[in-house]
Amino acid sequence: MNEHDIDYSKLNLKVGLEIHQQLDTHKLFCDCESKLNEKKGIVFLRRLRPTQSEMGEIDRAAVAEAQKKLCFYYQTADTCLVEADEEPPHAANDEAIDITLEASFMSNAKIVDEVHFMRKVVIDGSNTAGFQRTALVALDGFIEVNGKKIGISTICLEEDAARKIEEKKGEVVYRLDRLGIPLIEIATLPQIRSPNEAKEVAEYIGSLLRATKKVKRGIGTIREDVNISIARGARVEIKGVQELKMIPKYIEEEVARQLGLIDVKNELERRGIKNVKTRVMDISSVLKNTRSAIIKNILSKTGRKVIGIRLVGFEALLGSKFCALPKAKKEKEKKSPVKRRLGAEFAQYAKTIGIEGIIHSDEMPAYGITIEEIKNIKSALDIEEGDAFVIAAGEEEMVRNALNAVIERAKQAIYCVPEETRDAQPDGTTTYSRPLPGKERMYPETDIKPIRIDQKRIEKIKLGLPELPERKMKRMVETYKLNEQQAEQLIDENLDIIFEQIVNKYGMAAVISRTLLNTLPELKNEGIDVNKISVDVLDNVFSQLHQKKFAKEAVPELLFYIAKHDADVYKAVKALKIEKLSSEEAERIIDAILKNKKELIKDKGMSALSPLMGIAMKELRGKIDGKIINEILKEKLKKKLS
Amino acid sequence: MRTLQLKKSLKAVNAETGDTIEIISDGKAYAGILMPSHEFSGEDILTIKLPNGYNIGVKITPKTKIKVVRKRTSKEKKTKKIPFDKKKPTIAVIGTGGTIASYVDYRTGAVHPALTAQDLIFSVPELTDICNVKAKVLFSVLSENMQVEYWQKLAKEVANELNNGAKGVIIPHGTDTLGYTSSALSFMLQDLNGAVILVGSQRSSDRPSSDANINLIASAKLIAESDLGEVVVVMHGETSDSYCTIHRGTRVRKMHSSRRDAFKSINEGPIGKIMADRIIFSQDYGRKSSGKVKVKDKMESDVALIYYYPGMKIEHFNSIAERSKGIVIAGTGLGHVSTDMIKAIGKAIKRGVHIVMTTQCLYGRVNMNVYSTGRDLIKAGIISGDDMLPETAYIKLMWVLGQTQEQEEVKRLMRTNLVGEISEGRSLDERA
Ligand SMILES: [Zn+2]
Repeated sequence: MNEHDIDYSKLNLKVGLEIHQQLDTHKLFCDCESKLNEKKGIVFLRRLRPTQSEMGEIDRAAVAEAQKKLCFYYQTADTCLVEADEEPPHAANDEAIDITLEASFMSNAKIVDEVHFMRKVVIDGSNTAGFQRTALVALDGFIEVNGKKIGISTICLEEDAARKIEEKKGEVVYRLDRLGIPLIEIATLPQIRSPNEAKEVAEYIGSLLRATKKVKRGIGTIREDVNISIARGARVEIKGVQELKMIPKYIEEEVARQLGLIDVKNELERRGIKNVKTRVMDISSVLKNTRSAIIKNILSKTGRKVIGIRLVGFEALLGSKFCALPKAKKEKEKKSPVKRRLGAEFAQYAKTIGIEGIIHSDEMPAYGITIEEIKNIKSALDIEEGDAFVIAAGEEEMVRNALNAVIERAKQAIYCVPEETRDAQPDGTTTYSRPLPGKERMYPETDIKPIRIDQKRIEKIKLGLPELPERKMKRMVETYKLNEQQAEQLIDENLDIIFEQIVNKYGMAAVISRTLLNTLPELKNEGIDVNKISVDVLDNVFSQLHQKKFAKEAVPELLFYIAKHDADVYKAVKALKIEKLSSEEAERIIDAILKNKKELIKDKGMSALSPLMGIAMKELRGKIDGKIINEILKEKLKKKLS
Repeated sequence: MRTLQLKKSLKAVNAETGDTIEIISDGKAYAGILMPSHEFSGEDILTIKLPNGYNIGVKITPKTKIKVVRKRTSKEKKTKKIPFDKKKPTIAVIGTGGTIASYVDYRTGAVHPALTAQDLIFSVPELTDICNVKAKVLFSVLSENMQVEYWQKLAKEVANELNNGAKGVIIPHGTDTLGYTSSALSFMLQDLNGAVILVGSQRSSDRPSSDANINLIASAKLIAESDLGEVVVVMHGETSDSYCTIHRGTRVRKMHSSRRDAFKSINEGPIGKIMADRIIFSQDYGRKSSGKVKVKDKMESDVALIYYYPGMKIEHFNSIAERSKGIVIAGTGLGHVSTDMIKAIGKAIKRGVHIVMTTQCLYGRVNMNVYSTGRDLIKAGIISGDDMLPETAYIKLMWVLGQTQEQEEVKRLMRTNLVGEISEGRSLDERA
């Protein structure tokens, strides 16, 4: 299915983005470096519990997490007591605040007079404190993407969460290296109307943040949450999209999923199913002697049960593993994107409780369960025409909880698409993670002083504001006579500052841009450690070139030598014997060549110029400009022949 | 603090905390709930909570317009019946101002302590699996403001609860001076017929990561499942949420400013640990008596605790000594002070001031026979604090002076192990 099949405006698709970008500073509330590592360090264990609000309301997302009763293990290498929630946070990182202010200006947002950090309750273990510290820095801005204004609702500064390393039954392992890295969160209004537009907006915001030159680069340093809703559907938030180019795919998949669920709702309505009638039964005895390897395996352990539920009127709405519904073929013919796959939804809800998965009637026969056994399951659960069943196996209490989650999900199917937070999967699909959190989950972080944003600070930020990316590109093209692609590449690869710094001293835009964009990557490909070619080294090289100490053709060779031998420019020039010759010296060498090649000149006359040029270049390359060699040679040859 | 001007403008439109207000300033308009002002907020700043849950500070100038959009509504707090189970023991919880349990008002961001039994069970419902809870707030002071009269009041109330059917008493307490209070109660309460447990939290209880509930549940378990009859402190044993440690009230000290496992038993191992499924005792402990608890709560409050440092001025010492009936010195090493100070100490003792020497090393015993400084101190009449913590010696001296002023008797009592505050000898392997 692709975008052309669906008229998104008809569906009233509304998409909002939340872009999270890591900043290239130390951590937000301690002095640890914002760097990931591959070490474990000391490991400790914590549990989290939802806190009661005054009215006895606990956030619904928090309750869902708490039900799992998880143990969280934290690996602590290269982190301090702040990340371990064993020391109060230090004052917020000023540099991070400045960068957020810059981004706020660049997206035309109103900066608040005093920034207040809040505690946003998150009890999935990703924050040791059980809350994420976050502050609203600016609001009500806008950006312009392809001539369309997109509203920016909020710009926040917050701390990144701990990195999930492993998830096992009943426990989650996190590493604290990522916890506390400053993140800018830019949230757009839901004014994006197509999957592709979402990508373009995300790209624009990404380039805007990179323009500050103070953000981290590379995989995982920018992450998007995508809010999606369609008419008659619901608002769903997809968390943790790491690849920008995948955004359209996630939106397409989500729209398809919601259409499928709307279709299920309509079908249930047509069938007259107004509430979920179920029957929960222990059917272990029915499958006692089963040949199904999966079930046999589970039942062989003590205390394990197979439990089944009947879902009255749900037949053919769950969808098989391969989507081979009775209706599926017809759907294909209609080219309808709608797929009824309630089974997958059920399975995801059940999995959040901690079981491996579920088996349901629409995918039967499968998993080695025989026709006979299916009949027995059906009779044990009183399955009638039009009903569906779901079974699950494992430790009894967990299985019962999982099936209860399935029943709850089935109930929602009657009403519509549930509001959910879903996790982005690498293939463009998403899986259920938790209900959309409610509003009452933020309260002030009293350990951090409010931060006054005074006029002086604002003026300072304004002075140092980077150019907007598209404006900068235009200027670079005009000023340095670069082509657009070069300018874009320099900006995108963060080389524009070095470029301008050197060009403004020595000119030679073409050579410098070629060196940065082509020579350095080539050297890197050859296995050269290009880190040794620092800005200072480049500055020196071009300064020498500017003084005509060697020819521009020698630059790659020179840089190769410098990096390889850890040499300075002067030594390298000497060692490579590329010191520029004076014209007189060049004439002397050319005279010698002409003397040697008397025969050739005699034979060919002026046509000898080309082969002679080859010989001369061999000796003089890099020491003197090729054009000059050519001139000298031509003149001398003429003289000789006349 | 808000400026007078700002207070006036709020009053003029009758805007109160919790009201939904609109602020129009410099062409910017904000609407949100008016929040209480933060101590460090600018004087000209109003804090509002936006509909998205974030608080922001808005600068108010004479030109700013403030309008109340909607007055606050007060919601009824849900009441919940507290279950009572005849088969379970009843535990008294006596509040002192430390918040072991609390709940958050997400509307205003305020954190309220759970003061009643109902609040407590609401916050830590696991308690009902272990015991019945009887809760009251005796007083509400910051732990750094604790003093003799509070300890006396607390001791009387603990005895009262224990003598009236409570199987044990839990005292939520701020952690900063927890060790002083546990020491004071250890000396004041005699013939305990139930455990008296001081418990605190190093991460406030409004956080999902708080250590409070685990410490509280462990305390209730200890009372319900053991025959302990001592004043103890129950806190996290390590940074992990794995087990809690039982510390003797006279031996415990806060050894870290912020960690969960800040509390350590000094100069003896902890009494035991409380795990999820069992309690392990690692040394002998006081069993509860079958009679009534007695309270001996008289204390002399004119006692000082001095930390000796090189270069300490004699005048400073003298000015304290003139105003005190007793002084505990935390001396260097084995129990030393400068030669000059020895003379001043001798003079004070001659005047009738009771002076006890402890060590600022905390670990180890005072011994003033080894060096001449020590021998001079003994000649001057100083009392050895043995291996008592300076803080414990301070509390004990106050208590002893409450019982007697007679010099030899004071000395005898100070050097006698009354409630586990002094040990006979320590083996090499257990430096806990
Ligand atoms: Zn740190």
